Amino acid sequence: MIISLEYIYYICGAFMALIALLALKDGSNPKRGMTATFWGLFAVSFLFGKVIPSMYMGVLVIVMAVIAGFGGVRLGSYSEASEESRVMSAKKLGNKLFIPALLIPVITVIGTLGLHDVKIGSLALLDKANITLVSLGVACIVALLAALGLTKESGMQSVKESRRLVDAIGWAAVLPQMLASLGALFAVAGVGQAVSNLVSSAIPVDNRFLVVFAYVAGMALFTMVMGNAFAAFPVMTAGIGLPLIIQMHGGNPAVMAAIGMFSGYCGTLMTPMAANYNIVPAALLDLADKNAVIKAQMPTALMLLTANVFLMYSLVF
Amino acid sequence: MLTLIGILIVIVGFAFRFNPLLVVVVSGIVTGVAGQLPMEKILTIFGEAFIKNRYLSLFILTLPVIGLLERSGLKEQSQALIGKIKAATTGRILILYLFIREVAAAIGLTALGGHAQMVRPLVAPMAEAAAQNKHGVLPEKTRNKIRAYAASADNVGVFFGEDVFIAFGAILLMKGFYEQYGIFLEPLEMAMWGIPTAITAFIIHATRLFFFDRQIAREVAAAAGECSEEREEVCEESLTAEASLD
Repeated sequence: MIISLEYIYYICGAFMALIALLALKDGSNPKRGMTATFWGLFAVSFLFGKVIPSMYMGVLVIVMAVIAGFGGVRLGSYSEASEESRVMSAKKLGNKLFIPALLIPVITVIGTLGLHDVKIGSLALLDKANITLVSLGVACIVALLAALGLTKESGMQSVKESRRLVDAIGWAAVLPQMLASLGALFAVAGVGQAVSNLVSSAIPVDNRFLVVFAYVAGMALFTMVMGNAFAAFPVMTAGIGLPLIIQMHGGNPAVMAAIGMFSGYCGTLMTPMAANYNIVPAALLDLADKNAVIKAQMPTALMLLTANVFLMYSLVF
Repeated sequence: MLTLIGILIVIVGFAFRFNPLLVVVVSGIVTGVAGQLPMEKILTIFGEAFIKNRYLSLFILTLPVIGLLERSGLKEQSQALIGKIKAATTGRILILYLFIREVAAAIGLTALGGHAQMVRPLVAPMAEAAAQNKHGVLPEKTRNKIRAYAASADNVGVFFGEDVFIAFGAILLMKGFYEQYGIFLEPLEMAMWGIPTAITAFIIHATRLFFFDRQIAREVAAAAGECSEEREEVCEESLTAEASLD
């Protein structure tokens, strides 16, 4: 293929390296050395992730966590545009400002659907296995060029502006990857099996309603722990769903899987472990309370979970 | 059973607000040790998974675009645009976004949205502007709540839309899982049975967003009531009451 996901990671790495460099030069940050090291290591993971042996990457990841854990990732100072200049610029550029912003989702979709089978010579244009991610990377670059053309700003200005956003997100930017690593460790250490043993030993198995309830609630709870419904599904379904709902009570596997997975998603709405959906957005939106998004979602998740118990009970048998 | 101690560490660590990165690393190491994994193996799993999941951080590539556009007045323009639409309220904007996000995801267009791409630059400023046009300056608490609800509309929309699409990873995961146990299902069957929950999710969240407009109005009124000129005494009283509580 011509554009592979690895190239997109290189761009990400180069970008993070620039962020690290700017952080190092920012005298207003009392911990600029630590902050720069943190972002620098993140850049290394993008640039050399493929070549560094996994064990050393593990050490690097732990160093990043320690830097963040002891308050080493701090804010600097940013020469933000004044409100007046922003209003002036908005008046001048008008709705054209929306074009680069909308280019990101639009090009991602076009790339994903339209360029799936496009080849130049015998090489596929985009990495087929990761087509959405590669399309997103390409879309960001095209959108950046459009934004630079529209605003007549320099490329370096865009990096400086994004440093304001990167720093506002701070260590939370790395949390989703870190949690995915924890999930992998949980899986290898057999945490899933232990949870499913615990749940199946606690319910009276001959009661249809309670079995459904245990599966639905178990999916949500285990997803909250793992931060990911995909990790919860095989464990809960092998532990409770398959032996009890399908084999013992003759339930419909398609109904059980569909509603079971959605019950897991209700858990995703309620957990800080799903950092990329709940914690990163709170940081992106400058919310002081990192759990604000979870709080907004909690009532919906609980009502929907209740609805799922009854939907599954009435549809699965 | 001992491996469950990692879960306990996560819960306690998050509850006591230790830095989550540190909590995760400690929990991982303890879980690994409890599961009798050698230290090299624990480090290797950490490193391997971190690299494999780099895609989770690709959203940072959108930040140069968003940063530049914000410098040039993207938020201000979003607010000006919403100001021209008289029917726009926070609740209605978010219901519309929830609907578009869920339907788009259901036909496979999960990329049409996202927190960095859509919510921060467009949806949240528009939702905020709609409330501001109605009520004037918003209390900090209310403004933050509007932003959080904007993020929630994105999450609920994409989660409960995507599983209705047959080529989505979740459906393929279920299919693959069942095949290991000798159960063969068509993706369409599983996608179809997701529809009742998908519709219920939309109804529940849209209803909450509908009532959110009234909640905003109440919060603004309460904040104004606390310190309006006619009730200066009450305001002062409540302030002194608060002070004495301290």
